[in-house]
Amino acid sequence: MTAGALLLVAAAVFSIGLFGVLARRHAIGVLVSIELMFNAVNLAVAAIAWSRGLVAGVVLVLFGIAITVAEIAIGLALVLLAARVRKTSVLDDLDTLRG
Amino acid sequence: MRDLAFYALAVILLASAAAAVTARSLFRAAFALAAALLATAGFYLLLAAPLLAAVQILLYTGGVLTLIVFALVVTGAPAGGAALRRPLPAALLGVAVFAALASGTRGFGAGEARGGLDSGAAVGTLLFTDYLVPFELLSVLLLGAVFGALLLARKDRLE
Repeated sequence: MTAGALLLVAAAVFSIGLFGVLARRHAIGVLVSIELMFNAVNLAVAAIAWSRGLVAGVVLVLFGIAITVAEIAIGLALVLLAARVRKTSVLDDLDTLRG
Repeated sequence: MRDLAFYALAVILLASAAAAVTARSLFRAAFALAAALLATAGFYLLLAAPLLAAVQILLYTGGVLTLIVFALVVTGAPAGGAALRRPLPAALLGVAVFAALASGTRGFGAGEARGGLDSGAAVGTLLFTDYLVPFELLSVLLLGAVFGALLLARKDRLE
């Protein structure tokens, strides 16, 4: 196992998540995909920290995880709000701002 | 042994990531996400960072999955919303981004890593000395997120 192989795996997961963000119709599906992308970035940071022997990298990943959890809480609150006010969570139907 | 574990975890991570973005049912997508997050925790164990693995499982997998399943239950699992929208251009862009990222990883291939992240004690010491200010800022951020989520989800706000 090398850091390069781990970075490749992280890059693949990040790209899969990007595909999901672009292709999912439901807002929660998009949030799930965003989680995948965050997770891939955390994994890449951990891999680089491991290969350099940097303990500070672990701290960075911890901060990243905490920020991600805050983000998902706000994101899901927004989805719940949209579901209640607009009666839908399908992103194509939330087009009030379209010109 | 390490290599075997690495390949097994890589296969599990990639398969569950693919399932998380393509599954018809969003519930299945949520549980595939959980599998991906757990596989990542396995990678953290391989990287000799058990503290990260524990936080990943407790906070990330446990917390996020609970939130997502709860939101799915409240909004009602979608009937038509689970399908993919124009998957081909999205897949092309994903492959392009992967190619760009993969070309950037070339320098990291050589040489076995120094390893030895380990030790929650070292992480804790760093967290409360060098990174004390970001740590405290993070608590403010979490507090703001809690208040924001409460404010957004309050029932009497708009009705």
